[in-house]
Amino acid sequence: MSVAVLEAEGLHTYYGGAHILSDLSLSLRDGEVVVLLGRNGAGKTTTMKSIMGLVRVRAGSVTMHGRNITGWEPHVIACAGVGYVPEDRRIFSDLTIMENLEVGRQPAREGAPTWTPERLFELFPNLAEMRSRPGGRISGGEQQMLTLARTLMGNPRVLLLDEPSEGLAPVIIDQMAATIQALKEQGLSILLSEQNLHFATSVSDRAYIIEKGRIRYDGTMEELAANAEVRNTYLTV
Amino acid sequence: MGDFIVTLLTGLSSAAALFLVASGLSIIFGVTRIVNFAHGSFYMLGSYIGVTMVTALGSGGIAYWLALLIAAVAVGVIGVAMEVLLLRRVYQAPELFQLIATFGVILVIQDVTLWIWGPEDIVGPRAPGLSGAVTIFGEKLPEYDLVLIAVSPVVLIGLWLLFNRTRWGTLVRAATLDRQMVAALGVNQRWLFTGVLFLGSALAGLGGAIQLPKGGADLLMDFNIIAAAFVVVVVGGMGSIGGAFLAAMLIGLLQTFGIQIFPNSTLILMFLVMAVVLIFRPWGLLGKPESPGHGPVEAPEAPLRPANRKLRIIGSGVLAFLLMLPVAHLLLPSIIGDFTLVLVVEIMIYVLFAAALHFIMGPGGLVSFGHAAFFGGGAYAAALMVKFTDAPMEIAFWVAPIGAALLAILFGWFCVRLTGVYFAMLTLAFAQIAWAIMFQDAPASVAKALGEWFGWTAVEQITAGDDGILGIWPAEWASSRVTYYYLTVGLVVAGLLVLRRILFAPFGYTLRAGRDSPLRAAAIGIDLKQHQWIAFTISGAFAGLAGALFVYSKGSVFPTSMEIARSFDALLMVLLGGVHSLVGPIVGAATFTWLNDIFNELSYWRFLLGATIIALVLLLPNGLVSLGDTSVGRRLGLGPGREALA
Amino acid sequence: MSTPILEVSNLSKAYGGVQAVQDVSFVLNAGELLALIGPNGAGKTTCFNMLMGQIKPDSGVIRLKGNDITGRPPQRIWRMGVGRTFQITATFTSMTVRENVQMALINHQHASRRWWKPAAATDVAHADALLGRVGMAEQGDRACSVLAYGDLKRVELAVALANDPDLLLMDEPTAGMAPKERIELMQLAADIVSERGIGVLFTEHDMDVVFAHAHRIMVLNRGCLLAEGAPKSVRANAQVREIYLGSTVRAEVE
Repeated sequence: MSVAVLEAEGLHTYYGGAHILSDLSLSLRDGEVVVLLGRNGAGKTTTMKSIMGLVRVRAGSVTMHGRNITGWEPHVIACAGVGYVPEDRRIFSDLTIMENLEVGRQPAREGAPTWTPERLFELFPNLAEMRSRPGGRISGGEQQMLTLARTLMGNPRVLLLDEPSEGLAPVIIDQMAATIQALKEQGLSILLSEQNLHFATSVSDRAYIIEKGRIRYDGTMEELAANAEVRNTYLTV
Repeated sequence: MGDFIVTLLTGLSSAAALFLVASGLSIIFGVTRIVNFAHGSFYMLGSYIGVTMVTALGSGGIAYWLALLIAAVAVGVIGVAMEVLLLRRVYQAPELFQLIATFGVILVIQDVTLWIWGPEDIVGPRAPGLSGAVTIFGEKLPEYDLVLIAVSPVVLIGLWLLFNRTRWGTLVRAATLDRQMVAALGVNQRWLFTGVLFLGSALAGLGGAIQLPKGGADLLMDFNIIAAAFVVVVVGGMGSIGGAFLAAMLIGLLQTFGIQIFPNSTLILMFLVMAVVLIFRPWGLLGKPESPGHGPVEAPEAPLRPANRKLRIIGSGVLAFLLMLPVAHLLLPSIIGDFTLVLVVEIMIYVLFAAALHFIMGPGGLVSFGHAAFFGGGAYAAALMVKFTDAPMEIAFWVAPIGAALLAILFGWFCVRLTGVYFAMLTLAFAQIAWAIMFQDAPASVAKALGEWFGWTAVEQITAGDDGILGIWPAEWASSRVTYYYLTVGLVVAGLLVLRRILFAPFGYTLRAGRDSPLRAAAIGIDLKQHQWIAFTISGAFAGLAGALFVYSKGSVFPTSMEIARSFDALLMVLLGGVHSLVGPIVGAATFTWLNDIFNELSYWRFLLGATIIALVLLLPNGLVSLGDTSVGRRLGLGPGREALA
Repeated sequence: MSTPILEVSNLSKAYGGVQAVQDVSFVLNAGELLALIGPNGAGKTTCFNMLMGQIKPDSGVIRLKGNDITGRPPQRIWRMGVGRTFQITATFTSMTVRENVQMALINHQHASRRWWKPAAATDVAHADALLGRVGMAEQGDRACSVLAYGDLKRVELAVALANDPDLLLMDEPTAGMAPKERIELMQLAADIVSERGIGVLFTEHDMDVVFAHAHRIMVLNRGCLLAEGAPKSVRANAQVREIYLGSTVRAEVE
């Protein structure tokens, strides 16, 4: 069995007085696509941000290849090979597509695919035609692709994708699924959060179900597909 | 013709230093979101260090230019020191608190400069080989002006290349839009911020150094340039360097041409332009609306509760102390001297002024950088009334708040249409216009012009500019020190109680509602702008009352009662005390005035005051009333300050 | 037939060449819960903001009980009887729960400029009654800033009811809530609708909520009204399944 690339153990995160994550543990193995399923407000985004160092973790640990990265600053975690694609895209709207990619650029990394703008344009042909257009002037679907491409410029080993299918037209969702498949084949380990079970099933190996900041279920996609009770309890289908 | 061209060129050359300072200010604001008040001080340091370096290296050929460059780099390093030692520790604090920190830096730099270079103005060294003049259409233009004219476009192009053609520049622009995302992509923001502070400060330093042959170096440069630099940044659009360039040229030309057409109104002109631009283009010539940033979110304020027992006891204690003080003065004149009463009167006046500012700033959420306009406005309204109609004090005490309120109605109509930094800047602009009108005695000029037109004999002077209005003394019955003391205490306490009452009433709640959530306020039918306008007027009226108390306590009024420094003092009082508490401004004003008084006795008092402010910012980022929240405060049993004293 | 609560005809709005909302017309009757769904960027928010007056439409007419309210400022529209809840709750965080409702009541009586009598002592009973209706009576004295998200949504509902509206606009009323809370909140809204005979227009991403509670559904896509009708017919609409509901919902229908 392959080793855990990323492991969160017993995470507790608070916003002010509100306890958002409690005793949350999950692991991501090498070359795996794992989905974190749950409703709005269940704690998916907070989990992503806690791993990325964007919110402070009160207790628990995050390790990458066995190295404790808890409490590191976001840029150090990014430089360690974790790529983060936020839910709200957060494109630099005044910067051109090429400049957006430039912000994400980092040196090549051992054990991770190396990306150049040209290679990314092969993956996202739509973007190639508008490379000098400002990020604020492209459609939502294109922005979603750009935010992923921008993160890939950092040559990450692990990718955190926060609700990649949200608000996308079904056609674009299909494209996104194909892209995630392609990235997996390149050897990336991917943790994504989703509400769209159909999309999640099409790309993931395993699933965690999160509710009120706790992991309620952990199993393979096949097991989840067979477990109607869990799906009916926690997921909207 | 020649005259026109030379004036044009002079205007463009005088814009150079302004552009350098303003572009630096704009760059720093863009990335760090900090309005760096100390930027004028960096400009001043650039001049002084430039002088020293030219003296050290000799003013021949390359050495001269090298000296200017070293001055710029040295100021850049000072900017970095400020970032690393101070700003880095307060990035998470509320934006306004960062602003006070830079204000503390101004005071420190003023005294350090005084200590190193002495109080004398220094004549700038001539640039080697450029001390002559060229003749254009029969008019002479100093050769050095041509260098200055070239500097702005060269720097503009350089900055454009830096920001658009280098990785660093791209990262800076990205960080301006979304700092946190840049960090999540693996960029160490800290270096970005430090780099930006270096660049911005070095530009200011260069601005100070290159203007040496024209203006030399003196201790007033910091405040003189900072007001103009703010105007340029705001007129151009916050964060837009191209805008700063345009605006600097505009202001430079305006000043040189203005001096020929309206010799007494150049100051007014500059701020008038700013006001006009902001009214028609609220985000400046090339600026964009503020994007809802991903910056730190302030913790919500605790709900307003009526005074609890502890506060009532403290309040009654303070009031009893104030009432008993003159008795102690009469009994023990050797311990409680005249001076103490004078100090307490001054403290009370500033307490009312600070509470008036807090009214619009805390609950209203609108930070005014120019509230001295209403303080001074009230003072001048009373003084002019007395000077020209011999009105008794009782009348003057009505005229002052009414006059200030009218002024606030006028200014407020323009200002409340903006929010945030833009509101602050427009209030500053209006306050400067008001100040300039008093300082340059514009009413007298108008009277004179009208007089010539209609053939009247107009009065020589009205506000008398710098000379001020003298001989405004209290009425017979209030002329003793003790009576005036009781009058002040009575009016101030009444004023505070009324302001407090309004804040607890629907009007005050509506103001806070608009501050908390403009969206929800609109969705429950609140006409927010109208309420803010009324609040601005109320705030102005009480500031005006404080001004009236002030003018009668001093017997005179000068334009200094309206100057920027006075507005900033009030801002400091509110912020030091704590903007989220109704007691905050009272504590802040009392502490600040008292400290000011103690330090005033000492040489280098600015240094001490500045250092105290910086220390307070670092130790108590929520203001003095948050003392109870700190570990020391808890041990002293002060309790959670924000709630207990809210 | 009586005048509908809301009547929208040919509403359009463009941003820099992009048609955000195009020629949208619909009617909402008293006692009705009407859902507006569609992909992100379909124009739901723009549509909502035009109804509430935050955005001026380029063309089209909005009538509230027969009165033209097109392009009126939000304050006026509120006074004419439109309440609103927001996708991300908008409350006055420096106030208590009760004070939030009191603010709405005070404004309803045009009393926001009163400057002497304390606001906290105004309309206490009325505010508590409204809080009671949404199940928040016990939490009246708590600061809004410490409430759980689901409770904030309830406070918003109480605030929105303070001016006795004829029409309630709810932008993703259950976003960010736990499943049980969602059902309870929508049941509450449905009860209030039938009690008061008002109309509700809401947007929602949770299809459970939409199909369980909406009387009628409109589907917006690229600014145009794609389909409109009873939940059953919308669910059966092939185009809607293709563009919005997607394969997950289809799977369940089959």
